[in-house]
Amino acid sequence: MTQVGTADNPLRVAIVGAGPAGFYAAEALFKRKELVVEVDMFDKLPTPFGLVRAGVAPDHLKIKSVTKVFEKVADRPNFRFFGNVELGRDIAVADLRHYYHQIVYTTGAQTDRYLNIPGGDLPGSHAATEFVAWYNGHPEYRDFEFDLSQEHVVVVGIGNVAVDVCRILCRTQEELMGTDIAEHAMEALRHSKVKTVTMLGRRGPAQAAFTAPEAKELGEMADCDLIIYPEEAELDPLSQQALAEADRGTLRTVELIQEYARREPAGKSCQLIIRFLVSPTELFAGEDGRVSRMQVVKNELYATEYGTMRPRATDQHEEIPAGLVFRSIGYTGVPLSDVPFNEKWGVILNEDGRVIDPDTGSHRVGEYTAGWIKRGATGVIGTNKPDSVETVDKMMADLAKGVLLQPEKPSVAAAEAFIAECQSCYVTFADWRKLDELELARGAECGRPRLKFARVEEMLAVLGK
Amino acid sequence: MKVNTILSTRRSNVVTIEPDKTLRDVVLLLVQHQIGALVVVDAGGNLQGIISERDVIRAAAVHADPFALKVHEVMTRNVVVGVPQDDLWVVAHIMTERRFRHVPIVDDGKLIGIISIGDIMKVQRDAYQGELDTLEMQLLSDA
Repeated sequence: MTQVGTADNPLRVAIVGAGPAGFYAAEALFKRKELVVEVDMFDKLPTPFGLVRAGVAPDHLKIKSVTKVFEKVADRPNFRFFGNVELGRDIAVADLRHYYHQIVYTTGAQTDRYLNIPGGDLPGSHAATEFVAWYNGHPEYRDFEFDLSQEHVVVVGIGNVAVDVCRILCRTQEELMGTDIAEHAMEALRHSKVKTVTMLGRRGPAQAAFTAPEAKELGEMADCDLIIYPEEAELDPLSQQALAEADRGTLRTVELIQEYARREPAGKSCQLIIRFLVSPTELFAGEDGRVSRMQVVKNELYATEYGTMRPRATDQHEEIPAGLVFRSIGYTGVPLSDVPFNEKWGVILNEDGRVIDPDTGSHRVGEYTAGWIKRGATGVIGTNKPDSVETVDKMMADLAKGVLLQPEKPSVAAAEAFIAECQSCYVTFADWRKLDELELARGAECGRPRLKFARVEEMLAVLGK
Repeated sequence: MKVNTILSTRRSNVVTIEPDKTLRDVVLLLVQHQIGALVVVDAGGNLQGIISERDVIRAAAVHADPFALKVHEVMTRNVVVGVPQDDLWVVAHIMTERRFRHVPIVDDGKLIGIISIGDIMKVQRDAYQGELDTLEMQLLSDA
């Protein structure tokens, strides 16, 4: 047998998950000089691009332009996309071993951590990621229901997902027209009765997880007053001290927060209230059994022995109205069938991208991971690029040593035939391009940038599958 | 970014040494595992200190036969430890200010890892590279 990675015997790689980490890994493989590689990318959805499509806020269209980079990768002759094919449902890891030398898991972090307080799971209390997936047209969340007849919404958390959720709840229909928000979400928001959205940060303004541009955007919404209580915008002595060494971005964020705290409300229809140094302690149900109020506790900051600022609860409590609650306290990964997983951190067990077998402590031959399911949900889209490159470096080192899976049928035709057997309605990249064109055309008809298909059956039907 | 970002792509085992071992044992372990410091634990696994390349060099400068010295004679006893939820940039700041290069990480009182200033540099480099790439791409998409 000739050496793997040559024209006679190309390296065959399966990438599971068509989000940024998967595409960056494929790109890094194709960039390797003198390597002949065939990449087959799988996704459980018929559509590629992972959180760029289902996570990035619909009013942040510019961020989605990264898909152009991914499309270039998909244009490579040795790249194939198998959408609507799910690991664990349609195919198993054991199957992949028959057709590929290396497997890379890039399935991302798909769910929110649990809000571990009494009443945390009352009806009306949701994971923010579910709401995000719903308004972005993720088919698995298409039929979720969020009670937008409530006047008071509370969003727990102050990171970028929380900020996105607040913006979408507070935007006007005119503002949403310029976005690619899913039509069912647009329709539901059209009838929204939401009057106040309260975002809860457990630490202070100097530790806010959102960036200055995000804060600026919150203060510039068409029909929403941004309210910050002056007493909560003030910095405690520890934060003041920390700010002296902070970067420019943090300084600008704090400046903006303090500027907003001095603003008088302009009497707009909706209010977004950003609270600092508060944590939820309990959710209470109303007569209908749904969440109606939230108890919060005021926090104070203290410095640990070596300088980290942590919040701790005081004895001051208050209750705030909360007819709808979203928790946004960090994404976590979902385990894949037959892939070792670290439950505590929500990542695949790995060492620099090589999957580790928990029983032997050694690497699982030919299995790798990249992106959020490798390192946890952190960084921007581009952070996945160096992360995927690191994993590909390990893959190449193992290839050089001949540490690979030994597939019995390492060919495109054999893999394609097998996949068609397991999932006859698989979606190719050419199919996706058709869906893409159709979505853009549907959007253009009603003056929107894109009108997404939000059901798998609908997508397959228009593709004639 | 949190400390566990680094630990999530690591094996869970930490290379440790007991206080009554010699500096010769230390050097062998450092070379074998290609690392710069060892966490010192007693027989019960309790954290006793840390011993780094720098400690070995210092000992070698003043002792005729440094390799025969015991770990407990050379190790740093007052160790700054972190937890997985600690902010990475704050830990980096403390390491730079106080001039040490390794921080053991404990979770629920159990030693689960060790991070070095090199690990932090790598995460920081990747974070900046990622941001730069994302911004560049957005700027180009306007053109």
